[in-house]
This record gives sequence, C-alpha cells and structure tokens, in this order.
Amino acid sequence: MTNGLTLRNVCILRAGSPLIEVDHVIAPGEVLTVMGPSGVGKSTLLAFITGTLAPAFKGMGTVELDGQDITHVPPHRRQIGILFQDDLLFPHMSVGANLAFGMPAGGSRAERRATIEAALDDVELAGYADRDPATLSGGQKARVALVRMLLSKPRALLLDEAFSRLDAELRAQVRDLVFRTARDRALPVLMVTHDAEDAAAAGGTLITLESLTKT
Amino acid sequence: MLGPVIAGLYGTVLPAFGHLPAAGLTGPTLDPFRSLFDWGGLGAAVRLSVTTGVLATGLSLLIVSFIVAGWSGTRSFRVLERLLSPLLSVPHAAAAFGLAFLIVPSGWLARMTSPWLTGWDRPPDVLIVQDPLGLAMVAGLVVKEVPFLLLMMIAAMGQAQPRRSLLVAQALGYGRVTGWLKTVFPRVYAQIRLPVYVVIGYSMSVVDVAVILGPSTPPTLSVQIVKWMSDPDLAMRLTGAAAALLQFALVVGVLVAWWLGERVVAALGRRWIASGRRGQTDTPGRVLGLWFGALSALSILLGLASLLVWSFAARWTFPNVLPDGFTLRSWDRHGPSAIATMGETFVIAGAAVGLALVLVLGCLEAEHRGGRQFGQRGLLLLYLPLLVPQTAFLPGLQTMLLSIGADMGQMPVVFAHLVFVLPYVFLSLGDPWRSWDARNATVAQALGASPWRVFWAVRLPMLTRPVLTALAVGVAVSVGQYLATLLIGGGRVSTLTTEAVALSSGGDRRAIGVYGLLQTLAALVPFTVALIVPTILWRNRRGLHD
Repeated sequence: MTNGLTLRNVCILRAGSPLIEVDHVIAPGEVLTVMGPSGVGKSTLLAFITGTLAPAFKGMGTVELDGQDITHVPPHRRQIGILFQDDLLFPHMSVGANLAFGMPAGGSRAERRATIEAALDDVELAGYADRDPATLSGGQKARVALVRMLLSKPRALLLDEAFSRLDAELRAQVRDLVFRTARDRALPVLMVTHDAEDAAAAGGTLITLESLTKT
Repeated sequence: MLGPVIAGLYGTVLPAFGHLPAAGLTGPTLDPFRSLFDWGGLGAAVRLSVTTGVLATGLSLLIVSFIVAGWSGTRSFRVLERLLSPLLSVPHAAAAFGLAFLIVPSGWLARMTSPWLTGWDRPPDVLIVQDPLGLAMVAGLVVKEVPFLLLMMIAAMGQAQPRRSLLVAQALGYGRVTGWLKTVFPRVYAQIRLPVYVVIGYSMSVVDVAVILGPSTPPTLSVQIVKWMSDPDLAMRLTGAAAALLQFALVVGVLVAWWLGERVVAALGRRWIASGRRGQTDTPGRVLGLWFGALSALSILLGLASLLVWSFAARWTFPNVLPDGFTLRSWDRHGPSAIATMGETFVIAGAAVGLALVLVLGCLEAEHRGGRQFGQRGLLLLYLPLLVPQTAFLPGLQTMLLSIGADMGQMPVVFAHLVFVLPYVFLSLGDPWRSWDARNATVAQALGASPWRVFWAVRLPMLTRPVLTALAVGVAVSVGQYLATLLIGGGRVSTLTTEAVALSSGGDRRAIGVYGLLQTLAALVPFTVALIVPTILWRNRRGLHD
C-alpha cells in the first residue's frame, strides 16, 4: 500500500484531445509543484482530483489516496482539502461558523467551540470566532481559510495559485505557515502556481506542464 | 410549460372548427369562422389589435433606445433607472386606471390647466380615453413597456461592454447617440429580441388595458374574444375559438413582419454605418429620449397618486385640483371586501410563485450539477408562453378543463398563473444564480459537504437577495394576471385585478381608486420585503451587501 496521493496515468482530454498528462506519487509531507503557462489546464488537473471536473473535459487514469482508489468517490467524501487564490470564506457565516461548517460532525457544542478557539489561537487569531469574515484583512482571511480546511481533517492538500493574491511579505508568511502545517501533519501537497518563488519555497519535485494541444 | 400552451391551443382549434362535445356539437365545420366573418366589427377590431400592438412596441423601443443611447452612464440615467424599476411591478390595470384618471376630460391634467389655460369650467365633451383609434390604449401600454424594455436593455448591456465601444466611437468623432446607435445597439438588440417579441405579443392581445383604455365599439379583437368566451350561449364559444385562432395568426403574422422589418432596418443601418456620417441630431435625440422616459415614469406615479386621492375623495367639483373634502367613506364601503379579495390574491400568488420557485431552483441546480446550460433553444421554450397570445390558448385551456371537469376552485387558476410566473421567475433568478462563483461549491464539497448541504447551507443563503427578488417578480406577475384568472377561474375566483377591471365599466372612481391602490400595493410590498429582509438578516455580514 502506498501512502500519500498517487496520480496514476492521469490524462485529461478536452474534446477528445489530450490536455495534460501526469503520473506521479506525492509522499506524505511532500510537495509536488506543477507549473506551466496559463490555460494549460493546471486547475483542470485539480478539478479532476477533487472530483469537480466540468463535463467538457474527460479524465482518465486513477487518483489514489493512501492506497485507496478515489477516482469515482463523490467530491464530498474524498477528504481532499483545497485552497484557491481567493479565500472563499462563506460571507453569510461568521468566522467560527465557517470553521464549524468544515469540521466533521460530532462532539458537544462546547467541545466544538473549544476546538475552533484553539485552532484560531494557533494562527494568532484568538477571539475572532464571532467576527464577520468581510471585516478581516487579506492575511487574516487566508489564515482562516487554511484553518477551515485543516479542521475538516483532509488527507491531502491542493493549492490552486493559493498565494497569488497576497502581497510579497504576507505571501512568504502564509506560504511558510501552509507548508509547515502540511509537513507537521504529513499531508501530501499538490501546488499549482506560475510563481517561481512559490516553487522554490516548496522545495519538492517540480513538473512543468506544456501544452499538449497544438493551437 | 409547453404542456398548457399546446393543450390550450389544441383546445382552441377543436371548437374553432365546430367541435365541442360538451355542448353537444360535433364538427368539423366552418360555421364558427362564418359567424366570425359575419361580425360587422371584425375589420376594425383586427386593425386595432395590429395598430395598437405595433405602435406601442415601436414607440417603447424607440424611447428606450434614445434614453439609453443618450444617457447611459450619466447621473440622470441612474435616477431614471431607479424611478422606473419599481414601476415595472405596478400591474398593468392599475397603471391604466391611473393614466385614465389623468387624461380623461375631468382628470387631473384638465383640472390643473382649467380654467386659466383652457377656459373650461366644466369637463369638455371630448372622447379621450377609449378613443376609436386606440391612442389612449397605446399610451397606457407604452408607459408600462418602457420600464420593462429599459431594464431588459440594461441587463443586456452588461455583456456588450458598451462603454469601450462608445469611447472608441467618440474618439473617432461620433456623437454620443449616433455612436451608440452604430456600435452598441446592434449587439444589444440581438439580446433583447425575445423580450421585444414578448411585448408585441402581449400588446396585441392584452385584455385588461384594452377594457380600461381601449375603444368599445368595436373593441380590440382580444376583448371581443373574451366577450364571446363568457357568453352564456355555448355556440358563441365556437365563434370565440375561431377568433382566438385568428388572433394567433395575427400575432404570428406581425412577428414575421417585424422580423422582416428588422432585416430592412439592419440593411439600412449598415448603409448608414458605412456612410461614416457623424450625425448632427444628437441633442434633440437625447432631450426627447429623456423627456419621454420621464413622462412615462411620471404618468404612472401621478396616476397612482390620483388613484390614492380618488379613494379618499368626498365631493370633487370641476375644475378643483383637489377634492372639496377627504373622507374614509370609500374605504369603509369597499375596504373589507377588497382586503378579503387581497387575501385570495395572495393565496393564489403564493401557491403559484412557491411552485415556480421550486421548479426553477430544481432546474438551475440540475444545470449546475450536470454542468451544462440550456442554450438559445431553451430560452425560446421559456419565452413561448409569453409569446403565444394569451387570448389564443387560455380560452382553449378553459374549454379543456371544463370538459374534464377540472374547472373548479383555485387550483386550476394557480396552475394557469404558474404558466406566466415561471418564465419570469426563471429569467429573474437565472443570471445571478449562474454567476455565483462555483468555487464556493468546490470548497464546500472539499470540506465534506454533500451537494444538498452545499445547496441549503451555502448557495441559497448567499443568494438570498436574488431569490427574494425573483419571488417578488413572481408575485407581481401573478397579481397582475387578468385573463388567466377570469377565464380559468370561470368567474368564481376573483383577485384584485379581476375586481378592479370589472369596476371599470361602472365608472365609480372611488371604488376603482381603492382596488387599484390595493392591487399596486400587493405587487409592490413583496419588492420592499425583498429589499428589507436581506438587509436585516445579514446586517452583520458586509460581504453580502456589495
């Protein structure tokens, strides 16, 4: 049994012609960086892994998580966390409600509340549970989004240009936080980016996608 | 929603050829058409339907084009837009009554200008409302269609990026109006073509506005159809069905002619564009556009105000601008039954809109999960119940319901309303629903939320405002339905609209004031609720208020 996230002979087709091909094993705690020009289908690869591929595309090959084939598991049962370049905190929920939304059900109200408080404390946002997400700064939102994702107990982590909206200083901070957390929790990470600095900071394997379709 | 339309048309075709088993008549025969063509008023009625429909649509489109061409992006435009959007929900009948109260010889306009300007000390004996040419009716339709087409055009412009085109045109030396007409209009028109066709079909076959403002001897074809259809003599229904088929053919004919007209205008327009003329007529175009836009908004607002004044008026001698005294007598007399009718109106509207919302949300959610949108053809399907003249398929639907014995009570009325409510709810909710960032769904699913949890806990709350607005649109459409309530209800179901229109022949302005006002309120209150509820519900959530 292979631990980590395995992409076995993954090939994504658009209108019958191949768009991307990836065959790779991401070990727990490791980062795979995927780079390439925009439009090459990096986000499409992530959509295939989360199970939200648009019908215009066709995915082949298998996705395995800790040895289990999840290619046909519905998106909400995959336990794969994803961060986008926008925080995408749900605007109608408080910060705490956003976190509770992602937590697996179970435990008393007080226990859940305590977990949320502790998790916020970990990213220096103690006492923010009742805040409106719209009133947070960009860096704070990014941290809440990360915590929300971690509290859902993912077994792998996808980053879709996750740091590109943050300014240079904040970017390094948030990036370090994400990578450190992933390493501590032994999560396999797949990062899609067009930023060489992100790739360098990740330190893992780098694949550069090229356009397979001649245009 | 094709079902009821096709069933209705089918139910019209059979009796039109003399087949009505319920009345012991079996066809086929051409007698109904013979009796139709024997009717002396046919020529005039047909002519009226065509002229009022085409004139009302053409004028509305012209006014809206000049307003948008001359003023979009300016402050006056935003004021006008704000003024006109709520007026969209004012029911046609209420707007028509208001307009009538303004322009009749004893109306506000005459009072305000008498006797100092006109020299009248009693109402002049001229026929303004219900004039034989149907001009008052055209005016009544225009004031209501201008807000509709304007909002449709604004929505269409979002996709056309008019600002850039206009900038380029202006940099090339074109005036605002000319530049807009040459660069933006062709694209925008392609987008609002279906709404324009809806306006044509509606204007040609409208009944309530025609009863209130249109001529009566002979009336428009639609009004005559309704008369025949409600005649106790069942044989007259056959004539009515034949006339309904004629009405259908008329609308199809006019739509084809309009479509051909579009080609001609396009060809002329291309020549005009190629000529490179910069156009010197900008200022008059702009001024006229704004004037007519303001005029149509004002006539609805003043009309509603005059409904209000009349409902509280005691004696009101000519030419006083205000009544000699105010009294609650009209409200005492008509209020209780009007309020009861309002209750029934809301029950029907609530049921129809509730059903529509469930269907529309189901449809949109299926579209989201299946990942495909329905295209131009789906849109046409959606518009079909609005394009086919009501007078052509509702009588048939009524006959069908009669023959299967399902003609009692409110349920059939609710379903008939649904036919018209559903498309508007869909059109209102479709765009905001689809433009919702689907990555929210991806994130929620990645957090372990099932598709239904995403729907209930994330998507629906985030879209509270457009959902409530769509509900309000639906209620306004249902409240305004006249023919569907009258025919399918078989006279046993009454709403504020049917009651108000029924009052029009009696000419009791105080009673009309009470009913017209409540009718307007019934349509407007849901919009207010749709504005206020999200504001209160999400008062601590800034992210939902941009």
